[in-house]
Amino acid sequence: MVNYILRRLVLTVIVILVVTVIVFLAMRLLPGDPILMWVTSDKLQETTVEQIQLLRHEYGLDRPMIVQYFDWLSGVFHGDLGLSMRYKMSVTSEVLRRLPITLHLGLLAFILGFVFGIPAGVICAVRRGSKLDTVITTVTNLGITVPVFWLGIIMLYVFSLWLKWLPTYGYTSPFEDFWLNTRQLIMPVFCLALFPIASTARQTRSSMLEVMQQDYIRTAWSKGLRERFVITKHALKNGLIPIVTLSGLGLGGILGGSVLIESVFAIPGMGRLAIASVQQHDYAVTQGVTLIIAIGIVLANLVVDISYGWLDPRIRLE
Amino acid sequence: MTEENNAPASLTEIPPRVNEFRRFYRVFLGRGLVAFGGVIIVLFLLTAAFAPWLAPYDPYEQHYDNLLQRPSWQHWLGTDTLGRDTLSRVIIASRTTLMVGVIALGIAAIVGMILGLVAGYFGSWVYAIIMRIMDALMAFPMILFALVIAALLGGGLRNVMIALGVALVPGYARLMCGQVLSVKENDYILAERSIGAGNMRIMLRHIFPNCLPPLIVMITMMMGMTMLAEAGLSYLGIGIEAPAAAWGGMINDGYSRITTNPILSFAPGIAIMLVVFAFNMVGDGLRDALDPRLRGTF
Repeated sequence: MVNYILRRLVLTVIVILVVTVIVFLAMRLLPGDPILMWVTSDKLQETTVEQIQLLRHEYGLDRPMIVQYFDWLSGVFHGDLGLSMRYKMSVTSEVLRRLPITLHLGLLAFILGFVFGIPAGVICAVRRGSKLDTVITTVTNLGITVPVFWLGIIMLYVFSLWLKWLPTYGYTSPFEDFWLNTRQLIMPVFCLALFPIASTARQTRSSMLEVMQQDYIRTAWSKGLRERFVITKHALKNGLIPIVTLSGLGLGGILGGSVLIESVFAIPGMGRLAIASVQQHDYAVTQGVTLIIAIGIVLANLVVDISYGWLDPRIRLE
Repeated sequence: MTEENNAPASLTEIPPRVNEFRRFYRVFLGRGLVAFGGVIIVLFLLTAAFAPWLAPYDPYEQHYDNLLQRPSWQHWLGTDTLGRDTLSRVIIASRTTLMVGVIALGIAAIVGMILGLVAGYFGSWVYAIIMRIMDALMAFPMILFALVIAALLGGGLRNVMIALGVALVPGYARLMCGQVLSVKENDYILAERSIGAGNMRIMLRHIFPNCLPPLIVMITMMMGMTMLAEAGLSYLGIGIEAPAAAWGGMINDGYSRITTNPILSFAPGIAIMLVVFAFNMVGDGLRDALDPRLRGTF
C-alpha cells in the first residue's frame, strides 16, 4: 500500500507540473498581447510606446519565456499568483476570498450527489423493472440532460419571482446570517447537485446490476442471508468501486458548472471571477483561477486513487 | 407451428449468422425511449438542414413596432427585445448547435484517437508523455477550459469549436489507449508482425478497426454533453456573434425579461433539452447493443 501511495504521489507531482506548463503556455503563446489589450481597452491615446515598454518590464513580460515560467512557478510555490492588472492587487488574496464560497457550494453538491445518487441507484437495481425504477431512471435521464444554467433561471422565476419563497440571488456568509445563507443556497446547490445525483444514480444502477449477477451474491442468497445484508455488505461494497473512481471527474463537472451557476445567481465565487477576468483580459487572474481549480481537481483525484486502492486490493498490486 | 420447432434439437441450438444483426436492432430499437430519441435526432437534423425554409420569419429582421410580443397565432413563441420572431430564431439556432457539436467532437475524436493509438501501441516513454499530458488536460473542467481558450483566441464560433474539441481530446485518447493495450495482445497481431508487417499497417489495418465500437458509443454519448457545453458558453456570451442565434445565448437574452416574457428563455431551453435527451438515449441504446461491457462507464 505504501508503495502504491508513493507511486501515486510521484505521478500527481508530474501531472501538476504539466498543468502549470499548460496554464503558463496557454496564457503566453496564444495570440493577444495582454499589455496591449489592457491598455487599448482604457486609454490607448494617452499611452506612449515607452510607457508600454515600462509596463511590460514592470510585469516581467520582456524576459525569455523559460525565465518567466520558472519565475512564475517559484512565485506559485510561495503562494504568489501575481498581480491583477485591473485591480492592482494580489491575485492570491482575491482567490482566497472567493475560494471558500465556491468550495462551500461545490462540496454541498458533491455530498448531495452521493447521498441521493447512491440510494436511488441501489433502489433501481434491486427493484429492476418496477414502476419506481422507471420513474427514477427517467428522472436521472432528465437530470443529465437539462442545461443547469437554464434550470437555475426557471427556478429563479418560479420560486423567487412568482412564489416568492426564496431570495433571488447573492451570497451571505453563513457566519453572518446562517438562515439567509441557507435560503440563498437552496437553488444554486440544487442546480449544481442535479448532474452529480443523476449520473451517480445511473452509474450505481448499472454497476449494481452487474454485481448482483456475480456468483458470490448467489452464494450470499443461498446462505439464507437477509436482503438488506446481501445488498449492503456484499453487493454495494463491490458495486461502489466504479462510483468512487468516477467521483474525481464528477468534482470537475461541479467546478465547471459553478462557472455557470455563480453567474446565474450572482454568487461571488471562483467561477464568476474566472468569467470577469476573461472579459476584462485580466490574465494573471484567469491564470491563477484556472491553476487553482486544476490543481484542486488533480489532488481530489489523488485522494480518489488512494481510496480506490484501499477499497480494491487488486489495484494496489497492478 | 413454425419449421424450427420440428427440427431436431441439435439443429435449433445453432444460431443462424444473421442473429447478430437482428440482436443489434432488437436491443437498439427495443426500448421506446431510444426510438423516440432517434426520431428527435432525425427531426433535429432536418430542422437544421432546412432551417431557412422552415422558419416562418426572417430570424434576423428587427421590427421595432413589434417588440416583446406574447405568443400568438402570428408569432407562436412571441418576439424578442428587438422584435425578432422567437420561433424562427430557435429554428435557425439548431444549425449552430449541430455545427459546433459535430465539428468539436470530430476534432476531439480524430486527435484523441490518434494520440491514444500511438500511446497504446508504442508504450514506454511515448505512452508516458502522451498520457501525462492527457491527465493534466483532464484536470481542467471542460467549460472553464473552453472559456479560457476561446477568450484567448478571441470569440467566434470557430474558436469555440477548437476550444471544446481540445477539451474533449483526453477522454478519447484514454479510451482508445486502453482499447489498444488490450487489442495488441491478440495472437493475430503477433501473426501479422511475424509475416513482416510494419507498424503503420498493424496500427491502421488491424488494431484501429478492432478498437472502434466503444469509441463510436462514446462519440454518441458525448454529443449531448458537447451541445450542453456549447449552450453554456454561448450563455456566457462566448462564441456566438451579435445577430446570429444560439440557444444558450437566447436563454441569456431572455433572462433580463424573465418577469414579463419567460417564454424567451423557456423555449430555447426546451429545445436544448430535447436534442441532448435524444442523443443521450440513442447513446445508451447503442452502448447496450454494441458493447454491453461498457454499461455504466459514462
